[in-house]
Amino acid sequence: MDRTFERIPSGCAISGIMSVTGKRISGEKIIASISLMHDRSNGLGGGFAAYGIYPEFADHYAFHLMYQSERGRTLTEEFLNKHFIIERGEPIPTRPVATITDPPLLWRYFLKVPEERLYKNHEPMDERDYVVEKVMYINDNIPDSYVASSGKNMGAFKGVGYPEDIGRFFRLEEYEGYLWTAHGRFPTNTPGWWGGAHPFTLLDWSVVHNGEISSYGINKRYLEMFGYKCTLMTDTEVVAYAVDLLHRRHDLPLEIVAKVLAAPFWKDIEKMEEEDRKLYTALRQVYGSALLNGPFSIIVANSKVMMGLNDRIKLRPMVWGRRGDFYYMASEESAIYEIEPALDEVHVSKGGEPVIVRLKEGE
Amino acid sequence: MANLIPPRFKVVIDYERCRKCKRCVINCGFGVYSFADRVIPDHKKCVSCQRCVAFCPEEAITIIENPNVFRPNSYWTMEDRINIMKQASSSGMLLTGMGNDRPYKNYFDHLLIDACQVTNPSIDPLREPMELTTYLGKKPDAVKVKVENGKVKLDTQIAPQIKLDTPIIFSPMSYGSISLNAHKALARAAKECGILMNTGEGGLHKELYPYKDWIIVQVASGRFGVNQEYLDHSAVVEIKIGQGAKPGIGGHLPGEKVNREVSETRMIPEGTDALSPAPHHDIYSIEDLAQLIYALKEATHYEKPVSVKIAAVHNVAAIASGIARAGADIIYIDGFRGGTGAAPTVIRDHIGIPIELAIAAVDDRLRAEGIRNSVSIVAAGGIRHSGDVAKAIALGADAVAIGTAALIAMGCHVCQMCHTGNCSWGIATQRPELTQRLDPDWAAQQLINLVKSWSLELKEILGALGLNAIESLRGSRERLRGIGLTDTELAILGVKHAGR
Repeated sequence: MDRTFERIPSGCAISGIMSVTGKRISGEKIIASISLMHDRSNGLGGGFAAYGIYPEFADHYAFHLMYQSERGRTLTEEFLNKHFIIERGEPIPTRPVATITDPPLLWRYFLKVPEERLYKNHEPMDERDYVVEKVMYINDNIPDSYVASSGKNMGAFKGVGYPEDIGRFFRLEEYEGYLWTAHGRFPTNTPGWWGGAHPFTLLDWSVVHNGEISSYGINKRYLEMFGYKCTLMTDTEVVAYAVDLLHRRHDLPLEIVAKVLAAPFWKDIEKMEEEDRKLYTALRQVYGSALLNGPFSIIVANSKVMMGLNDRIKLRPMVWGRRGDFYYMASEESAIYEIEPALDEVHVSKGGEPVIVRLKEGE
Repeated sequence: MANLIPPRFKVVIDYERCRKCKRCVINCGFGVYSFADRVIPDHKKCVSCQRCVAFCPEEAITIIENPNVFRPNSYWTMEDRINIMKQASSSGMLLTGMGNDRPYKNYFDHLLIDACQVTNPSIDPLREPMELTTYLGKKPDAVKVKVENGKVKLDTQIAPQIKLDTPIIFSPMSYGSISLNAHKALARAAKECGILMNTGEGGLHKELYPYKDWIIVQVASGRFGVNQEYLDHSAVVEIKIGQGAKPGIGGHLPGEKVNREVSETRMIPEGTDALSPAPHHDIYSIEDLAQLIYALKEATHYEKPVSVKIAAVHNVAAIASGIARAGADIIYIDGFRGGTGAAPTVIRDHIGIPIELAIAAVDDRLRAEGIRNSVSIVAAGGIRHSGDVAKAIALGADAVAIGTAALIAMGCHVCQMCHTGNCSWGIATQRPELTQRLDPDWAAQQLINLVKSWSLELKEILGALGLNAIESLRGSRERLRGIGLTDTELAILGVKHAGR
């Protein structure tokens, strides 16, 4: 009897590595991990987020820009000149890779915010709100220009292609970071284009995602009320903005943010002790529109944290493991063993239960 | 002068089958039948409420539309001609019951719901949790928490919220316009379903006091039945400004319907007309409305949400924004398909706008102003099935209210004669011999069955959409597509055309 079955390709792959003591490693390992899951992608998107890669510009906002035209670059640089102090602006180093075709113009800028600009309607303004406002403006208003990342001492490297090819294209082995995330994309509802590849970022938040946010419509409309503009034509964008809103602006601990994005069921809330019940009821009442519904496994990172999170009924795979002070997360266990065969521990993450790994203070 | 108005319906009796039991004579609230050797119908009195048909043991009665009312004319409709004849003979204003039945474009039927396929898998509600729980009330923009001894605790006082087990409530229908048995059925069903019934502007009969946690009480311009005890026996207090079937028009319950119990409940003399004018004479501005909202909040110790009910009219979005800013916790918007016990026909048929457009416009406006969280939206006016519920919620409503559908569940056949008080089904009447026909236990069970059926269907719709919580559908217009709509209509509804 023929025991072969027709395989239905459906995927996306995610992977993450973090040293909680801040040990920096090159991009080789993350490329090896994500490339093991080659078949979970289809060549229409791959990308990486890397933290700790620009120590010489650690206090600057590192803007990675994608330009579809020279005009886009001219207009954006005019805009950046007007609103920031540009310490340095240069093309992002790349190398030719046969499978990576038609890349946009890829530039990076190390920026500071002029203090005198931190006023809005004569009121002092948070510097990060200022940066977010400018990122939204560029993405929404300047033609042919997209901000790929805008955090400090970090960067997103992404494009159309398999992730391992994108990694080689961006010469990631030449960078050293203490936190890396990666994504291989299998887009099904939006086109494969450079700006649409993961990670999606804002400030130093980055998100890689396997799945589909079925609640995208209301998540998008909810975030728009707070000034976020979802212009990148894909569902994952909302996750980055939701985390920024809830954690940075609304000051909710990351554990609680996870409980907004993948909320406990009402039946479980009802069983909680009174104090918890009040808290979780309030979270669902107030943040119902931020609930991420549909299948997802995501790795959300910033310069201090890596968080893995599954949807609450666990419709996508996610495994995490640890070896010493290195933590690993991936769609498939094999993608972790590929780069760390001797794990101290390995676990399957539960639906709706975040796995949060933090940089140790002072390290 | 002979009455020119021809009978609209013809009562056809199969005398071969008729056994002369006279049940039709007894059952007709409109006095169609008389008996002289055999049952004789007066066709002109028939409203096609179908009570006689349902209760004829021999199935000997058929009611048909009178085929020879008028020579056909696609411009001068039968209704137009009959109405002209009525007015020519009476010099009065035409009254009608129930909602607008004119063939205006129905937007619900031009919207299609999305479904999952490969990458966002559908969810089987029979095997997975599916949540319809909805809270109505003002929400803050953000939740504040504090960490004490490593434990995260709530540090925000949330305004009073009302929990609905499913996002459906019963529309306001006053005691007076409908019978006490109908009110009892609505209250019992609301409790059983974990939802709310609304007293309308007729006050609250004391027999409904035990259901106070499932009752919205109304404060309308007539202030019928409003006192502290009334406010205390409610879960929500609603200020009624307008209603979909008759925007800008007040209420009028004829004195014949004001029997002793209605008079006690409404706190008006027996046999007097109950007039609630369109304007609240203490609300002539948004500031006045704000004062009344806070007066009611004071009177209820800030423990209950205050709702404001308005009709969907041309500038509804701006009005809703004002109401939200005036401090309302809930805005109840009633579209022009909304029903009524009695309305001038010309008003019902020509004033107001469809609820679908109103929800979309209001939700957009409140979002544009960043105040959508500060108020819940209840949409009403022509919700016919769970598909309409899902579409209304996807357009931006938190919950919907059903009136006509609830009446139909209790036996109403939509004969549109509520204003006559002759309801043969015992619903829209106060005539004792008719009201006793409605068994509140049976009617409550019918309502419970309806709400549970729609809730099951809503879960199936959510499952098909790959969602397991109703809040992920609320305002998620991306999951709707329009069909056969113009660009302007699509823009107002905020949906793409099918195929996009």
